[in-house]
Amino acid sequence: MTDKPIDDVSGVVTTGHEWDGIRELDTPMPRWWLWTYYACVIWAIGYWIAMPAWPLVSDYTRGVLGHSQRAQLSGEIAAVKAGQADLTARTAKASLAEIKADAELLEFALAGGRSAYAVNCSQCHGSGAAGSDGYPNLNDDDWIWGGTVEQIHATIQYGIRADHDDTRDNEMPAFGRDEMLDPQQVDAVSDYVMALSRDDGVADTLPGKALYTEHCVDCHGPGGAGNMELGAPKLRDGIWLYQGDKAMVVDMITNSRAGMMPAWVDRLDKVTLKQLAVYIHSLGGGA
Amino acid sequence: MVTAAQKPEALDPHDQVETVDAKALNTRVTGALYKKREKIFPRRVAGTFRNLKWVVMAVTLTVYYLAPWLRWDRAGDAPDQAILIDIPARRFYFFFIEIWPQEVYYITGILVIAALALFLFTSIAGRVWCGYTCPQTVWVDLFLIVERFIDGDRNSRMRLETARWGLAKIFKRVVKHGIWLMIAALTGGAWVFYFADAPSLLVDLFTLQAGEVAYITVAVLTATTYSLGGLAREQVCTYMCPWPRIQAAMIDEESLIISYQERRGEPRGRGGQRDALGDCVSCNQCVVVCPMGIDIRDGMQLECISCALCVDACNSVMDKIGKPRGLIGYNTLSNFAEGSELKRSDLRLFRPRTIVYGVLIAVVGVIMLAALVTRPSLELNVQRDRNPLFVNLSSGDIRNGYTVKILNKLHDTRQFRLQVDGLKAAKIRVIGREDGAALFTVKPDRLASFRVLIATPKASLKDETTDIRLRVIDAENGTTAHNDTVFRGPKP
Repeated sequence: MTDKPIDDVSGVVTTGHEWDGIRELDTPMPRWWLWTYYACVIWAIGYWIAMPAWPLVSDYTRGVLGHSQRAQLSGEIAAVKAGQADLTARTAKASLAEIKADAELLEFALAGGRSAYAVNCSQCHGSGAAGSDGYPNLNDDDWIWGGTVEQIHATIQYGIRADHDDTRDNEMPAFGRDEMLDPQQVDAVSDYVMALSRDDGVADTLPGKALYTEHCVDCHGPGGAGNMELGAPKLRDGIWLYQGDKAMVVDMITNSRAGMMPAWVDRLDKVTLKQLAVYIHSLGGGA
Repeated sequence: MVTAAQKPEALDPHDQVETVDAKALNTRVTGALYKKREKIFPRRVAGTFRNLKWVVMAVTLTVYYLAPWLRWDRAGDAPDQAILIDIPARRFYFFFIEIWPQEVYYITGILVIAALALFLFTSIAGRVWCGYTCPQTVWVDLFLIVERFIDGDRNSRMRLETARWGLAKIFKRVVKHGIWLMIAALTGGAWVFYFADAPSLLVDLFTLQAGEVAYITVAVLTATTYSLGGLAREQVCTYMCPWPRIQAAMIDEESLIISYQERRGEPRGRGGQRDALGDCVSCNQCVVVCPMGIDIRDGMQLECISCALCVDACNSVMDKIGKPRGLIGYNTLSNFAEGSELKRSDLRLFRPRTIVYGVLIAVVGVIMLAALVTRPSLELNVQRDRNPLFVNLSSGDIRNGYTVKILNKLHDTRQFRLQVDGLKAAKIRVIGREDGAALFTVKPDRLASFRVLIATPKASLKDETTDIRLRVIDAENGTTAHNDTVFRGPKP
């Protein structure tokens, strides 16, 4: 292929390929393109040396610049934390009431609490804090262990039936299983409790009332008012920790049931715990 | 037949016209599709249109360089720069107008009007935008002034181009490109002043305190101004710009174009048998002044930017030889096709095309003006909680949560009341406002966000969703804004 034909019009060598009289020009690549290509090759070699590039068996080449995206990220996070140092220090010193009263600390607490909630709490209580079967809804005003911001703070710190000395703990007897009540009695008490929750005025006429007064009133209070000191749920409203049908109430009285929540005091720092308490309290149900 | 030889006492005006042996570099008849760029050395020319172009250039450059330095008093702590695109604070200021980012439709409207005005002017007078006001044309003219000042006019520039490299040539080249780069840097430099407080940014730029975005912007615009205005020049218009292709659709037979009167000019030439010749003396002045390197006598060409410099060149020649002006001049396309000259009666400003563009401009302008005049000083946005959709309270009430955003576009602190329409016995609670204060305070020119909880007895809900309207009312002047949303509850 020594003498390739030359195109008459452009004066450029052709490839010799021809289709229906149309010949393909063998126009060389533009020079600047070629130089850009060479520059990229040189750049790539420099990049291998300067930056992390090649995977090794259990490691990778670090590059002379020692660049690391992970280190960059932790540096950026540290910088943000440093920028919050003043707010963090003030939050650490302030009481929960003071945090709520200070607009700046409140905003900081709500933002910090929201993200801490998403990371630590949403797995059980749900991303919108609406709870689910056995996990309380944190939006409403029905609190088992108290809904003031201090009580919420204590619950978060020490947990419920958790491995901590100050944890909130109680146990409801398994009336049916331990044969304190026979199935008919359980059924009667259940009817009474369901009537309390409906609040339609028929509860007082039911035979279960006497049994309730005998066995339940010490904790759940007269008329199902509940007792936050003991962690005895209010029975008078339409809000249930487990599904609110009679079968559940029968099962509850027969076998008893109790959930647990971990103590967070050793897992999260003090500032985060305060922020969480303020955030949960702000969801709307806080007393 | 009267010739110069027979009447030697009279100075023949034709001899005062210099004939240049020049060929248009960009003609319609060059064979190859691919060709190397040939440099164009447009000669200086004086005349009506050149003067008009100087004026346009002075006005546009003055506006561009000085506009960011105009001050405008604004209330509160708003910036006092008349024209400012404040990206960090997300505000656009234009004299008495202030625009928030979500009101970008004002800018869209201005762009629509600008595009329609471009169509209108093109359909009336052809490529006037290209020839007079396009930044490419203006800056190329600016760069040409420098080039002529350093290197001289056409002939000396051509000599210098082919001259051997020596000290003088190197010196001239260094000075020329140096000044070009300075102009380019000033162009890029002026641009960034539209985006920050100009006086303080100027100080920051020179004390190396300005943000890196400012330096990058200046550098990029310096590079583009230098390479497009100084180096690429006519190539930008011919090969890069899409407008010459689009504008063919705007031009009709009544539009003005720059054209050569072929019937009057031909056969062109000079010499013995002058009576047999047309008015064109083949001096080629129209060719050498052309910044696009074309010969207008070849007819309408896509390269022509209608800068009218050939008109000035030809008119001055016609003046010298005592012939009427207008051998090259503005003419309508239909006249040009017939070969007749432009008469005032040929100008038809009002024809369907221009009327449609004019009406469209008026309509968009009126809409824009109405929107601006009725621009609300208060806006309300409401986002409903979606998780959970609603909350049962122990009292039997149903509660919904809303994020309420109030946009205060005035430069005063304002207080608002919140009202719920369409929900019976609604109880409103605002998070962070446990004192029960009913007023929302919003700082000047700011958006404030509040979390609002609304509760109502279950009995007052007839359906799963209830349409409600949240309304904020300015406590002082009663201005209101509202937002429609829903209140959700359980299945009744």
